Amino acid sequence: MKVSDLLKAVSLKAVVLDNPDAEIEGVYVGDLLSRAMSHLEKHNAWVTIMTNKNVVAVGSLSEVSCVILAEGTTLPPDAVEAARENRVNVLAADLPAYELCLALSDPLASKP
Amino acid sequence: MTEPLRFHYDVDGENFSSAGEASVALKQNLRKLGYSPEVIRKVSIAMYEGEINMVIHANGGVADVEITDDRITIILADKGPGIADVELAMQEGFSTARDNIRALGFGAGMGLPNMKKYTDDMKIDTEVGVGTTITMVVLL
Repeated sequence: MKVSDLLKAVSLKAVVLDNPDAEIEGVYVGDLLSRAMSHLEKHNAWVTIMTNKNVVAVGSLSEVSCVILAEGTTLPPDAVEAARENRVNVLAADLPAYELCLALSDPLASKP
Repeated sequence: MTEPLRFHYDVDGENFSSAGEASVALKQNLRKLGYSPEVIRKVSIAMYEGEINMVIHANGGVADVEITDDRITIILADKGPGIADVELAMQEGFSTARDNIRALGFGAGMGLPNMKKYTDDMKIDTEVGVGTTITMVVLL
């Protein structure tokens, strides 16, 4: 499923959407950056509450299709700028991580 | 290619909230050179973990990358405190990162294991009180 289609299916805010056609294949949830780096697969949607600039670096290096900030967390301006520079999609949700993943589950399952 | 390609990066030890800039720069260079996404991913993740380690533990250092026909070699050198017990440091989950650094999401104790995971060869030369040099190879 494309990131742009996920935005239509689930109530998410697009913080940075420079690559709306990126395909999502699977989801990873976690906040420790090196653990995320070890377990993120390419094209994953990465759900996290961590919001510093390094989230963008890890997202970019791991080639995620999008970072989804859970629980109403927001990126500081320098991180938003880094996401734009590196064309990393960043979405945001008010839902906590568990509820967010439940909301992602059906749309992602129906359009593999 | 006969002459190896070389890139040199200085890793600033002061600013760990923006650490990762050398890895991102290397990634962009590899992309321009047309390497496969898988090679780029492995090299840049290994480089990022090493870069972060130098920032967190060693007040920065230098990174040299050499590309030849069959391999990409990354050499990370610092004049930090050295690693007292390499075997322990290689264990997943072991970390000596301070709390303020953990608050940024570092200190999972996966840095060195990830560097090993994403490269074909890794060698650690370290001496307590002198510094650490890590050499990693990704085969092309």
